[in-house]
Amino acid sequence: MNEIIDGLYREGEPIADTKAPDGPIEKRWERRRFEAKLVNPANRRKLEIIVVGTGLAGSSASATLGEAGYQVKAFYYQDSARRAHSIAAQGGINAAKNYKEDGDSVFRLFYDTVKGGDYRSRESNVYRLAEVSASIIDQCVAQGVPFAREYGGYLDTRSFGGVQVSRTFYARGQTGQQLLIGAYQALSRQVAAGTVTEYSRHEMLELIVVDGKARGIVARDMVTGEIETHLADAVVLATGGYGNVFFLSTNAMGCNVTAAWRAHRKGAHFANPCFTQIHPTCIPVSGDHQSKLTLMSESLRNDGRIWVPQRAEDCPKDPREIGEADRDYYLERIYPSFGNLVPRDIASRAAKNVCDSGRGVGPGGKGVYLDFADAIERLGRGAVEAKYGNLFDMYARITGENPYETPMRIYPAVHYTMGGLWVDYDLQSSIPGLFVAGEANFSDHGANRLGASALMQGLADGYFVLPNTIRDYLASGPYPAVDEDHPEVVAAIESVTTRLTTLLSRRGTRSVDSYHRELGHIMWEYCGMSRTEEGLRTAIDAIRELRTEYWENVNVPGTGESLNQSLERAGRVADFLELGELMCIDALHRRESCGGHFRAESQTPEGEALRDDENYAYVAAWEWGGEAGLPVLHKEGLEYDYVEMKQRSYK
Amino acid sequence: MRITLKIWRQASATAAGEFATYDLDEVSPDMSFLEMLDVLNEGLTAAGLDPVAFDSDCREGICGSCGLMIDGLAHGPERTTTCQLHMRSMKDGATITVEPWRGDSMTVIKDCVVDRSALDRIVQAGGYVSVNTGAAPDAHAVPVPKAKADRAFTAAACISCGACVAACPNASAMLFLGAKVTHLGELPQGQPERDARVVAMARQHDAEGFGGCTNIGECAAACPKEIPLDVISQLNKDLRHAMAKGL
Repeated sequence: MNEIIDGLYREGEPIADTKAPDGPIEKRWERRRFEAKLVNPANRRKLEIIVVGTGLAGSSASATLGEAGYQVKAFYYQDSARRAHSIAAQGGINAAKNYKEDGDSVFRLFYDTVKGGDYRSRESNVYRLAEVSASIIDQCVAQGVPFAREYGGYLDTRSFGGVQVSRTFYARGQTGQQLLIGAYQALSRQVAAGTVTEYSRHEMLELIVVDGKARGIVARDMVTGEIETHLADAVVLATGGYGNVFFLSTNAMGCNVTAAWRAHRKGAHFANPCFTQIHPTCIPVSGDHQSKLTLMSESLRNDGRIWVPQRAEDCPKDPREIGEADRDYYLERIYPSFGNLVPRDIASRAAKNVCDSGRGVGPGGKGVYLDFADAIERLGRGAVEAKYGNLFDMYARITGENPYETPMRIYPAVHYTMGGLWVDYDLQSSIPGLFVAGEANFSDHGANRLGASALMQGLADGYFVLPNTIRDYLASGPYPAVDEDHPEVVAAIESVTTRLTTLLSRRGTRSVDSYHRELGHIMWEYCGMSRTEEGLRTAIDAIRELRTEYWENVNVPGTGESLNQSLERAGRVADFLELGELMCIDALHRRESCGGHFRAESQTPEGEALRDDENYAYVAAWEWGGEAGLPVLHKEGLEYDYVEMKQRSYK
Repeated sequence: MRITLKIWRQASATAAGEFATYDLDEVSPDMSFLEMLDVLNEGLTAAGLDPVAFDSDCREGICGSCGLMIDGLAHGPERTTTCQLHMRSMKDGATITVEPWRGDSMTVIKDCVVDRSALDRIVQAGGYVSVNTGAAPDAHAVPVPKAKADRAFTAAACISCGACVAACPNASAMLFLGAKVTHLGELPQGQPERDARVVAMARQHDAEGFGGCTNIGECAAACPKEIPLDVISQLNKDLRHAMAKGL
């Protein structure tokens, strides 16, 4: 335990998930639901639960817990619960309904998800996810979610993300929006019923831990600036992913890691922080003013052909003047059997490689062509318009170019984070009473998430898993009442106010955004699509330096007593500056390539990701080592009894 | 591009507001309108001034957070959300007036940030189907004719941005209300509560202080999601039927 490894961290005791029952995998969830203790309906109304975040996981959890009769307090930073970033998901939601009778099953969805995650997720969790997936569709339809339907009136599905069955339910290109509105409406019903109280424009800034248990949060009312204490019997974080550590990502502007990071600093382990997903089909950066990146559905790869010029000197040319012989359709060349439809991580890395070789196109050479000329010739413009019209319009609006006439330019962007707070089978973190749901936890996607599985996991956690597991914890109470004078409560408030005062008092020379942008550059360069030992060490040093400078020189105008968007961002960036370092340490320690984590030192002779199952088939759960200390690594071994571990190949 | 911004500044809900004028010299036509405001704010921060507060989140036209009156038009000259408006739609050298949404039921919190919670309360009054988690039958138990499902989807595309209210001379939220009533009213799952829903939501709409509809159509013209005006006809029809039943 005392030995310092790589100069960066220590290793602690291994950990294990003690909540997942053993026995046949298809019986485990049923067993857990039976064995988890019940709370008498009359006692539920005496129990308070705080839920932070109202995306798919948070809204569905709040609504369901409210229906069960608990007193729920729902917190979110937006002005309405319906605006959480789940709303932006386009493609669809997977479910093992087998309505197409094409050989799908719970086991196949489970198998695809474990394999897609490159064998770094837990079998028990993933099986449960597949098992409850069908109930999600039932629930959403009953709520009035307007899924796409066929002429017979039954639900339409499509294939997605390289799997061979048609199990993705969708609502045009706005599936996330429609699912979230369904959950938001269920939440609104509970607000009207008085079981859920909403706290809009509130940001959680600290977790309150008393006697080792999560007992509340400190939140800031973003309109009045008031620092509030909220106490409860349990706390649920459903606060999304941390992709904005890269500054530019497909996340919303406000997405942040603060709630999760504050919990981490209070003792919640952070698992696999380096597992990030980089999506291949995003609109490239147009200049330094860029505030976010926009994703275009990867369905475009079904008909578009991806290429760059053979020769670097052709890059500035009008693409239409570059002849067929002078183009390199590199995905078709390197992966003849999958071609343009290789998985996300592989397509992204290949784009980076050709751009790094000097053959990228567009501003800064950070782009590749996605060309529909062949598809338009083969299918006709009308057919392409019917299939992809809305995406073409979006592209035209953002870039000012007409994709029917000139190839689109695309480049990979950070999209999703598989890592997150460590949870057991009950979705309980390493702090008793603190539960984590949705993208904020690490649990189901391993090292790479399949398309249309994020929505599935968010709603599985919120509607079906958490309400069944949190009762086991609550039934073990009652936990002694905590009042606002408790030393831990007072200390939590004090730490929040000190931090805010410090940020406001620096009045330095650089804005919050300028630091965020610089952190993003470091992360993208060294902890992005391809990572090396040397690069990660460079990044760790650079982040430490930047963090020190930040706390001395950041300029946050205004006061804390009213709406102050600079102050909100300042707190978030401060936490990203700590998370970024842990991500690099995690990436450095994992000397293998798996899923979205590609270590240049660990590849096959053909340049493909090479896993090291003997040494790295574990979850890396990091414990906060204190302000001046080093993070402590706890390994949770992964075992595969139902799926055989194989090397992925898409050649 | 060079532009001059005349933008609404108001320190708090109770303070008096006024227009402030700022010149920007290096605006790229590829910037989104909100990125242009980001650049303005970086400049204000560097000069030790308070940046302009405005709401935005997803910046891809779906969350409904953003919304500015730009030269008197909700979300500006293009039919899209403010975040999807780009500077190439504006003229080089132009003076652009930027204001928050205004209306008795949507008050300014600071600068261009407004309180739209009244829209949430309209939904809380009945904009849902009362089904508890776990109580749902199989999704294929009830087929839904495609035409109805498609119309429900068109209405459900509302992002609750409030542009319809901002554009309406009566500050009415009938397009918003009609969209929700139509979405749930078209589906079999929405039928049991259809009458009670429309009455409760319409009452809440009026109680919040939104105005009545006089068929001007500015709402549908401003709607970035192109919610059609006929959802208001549907609303009136449903309301008529419900009230005829004595609700």
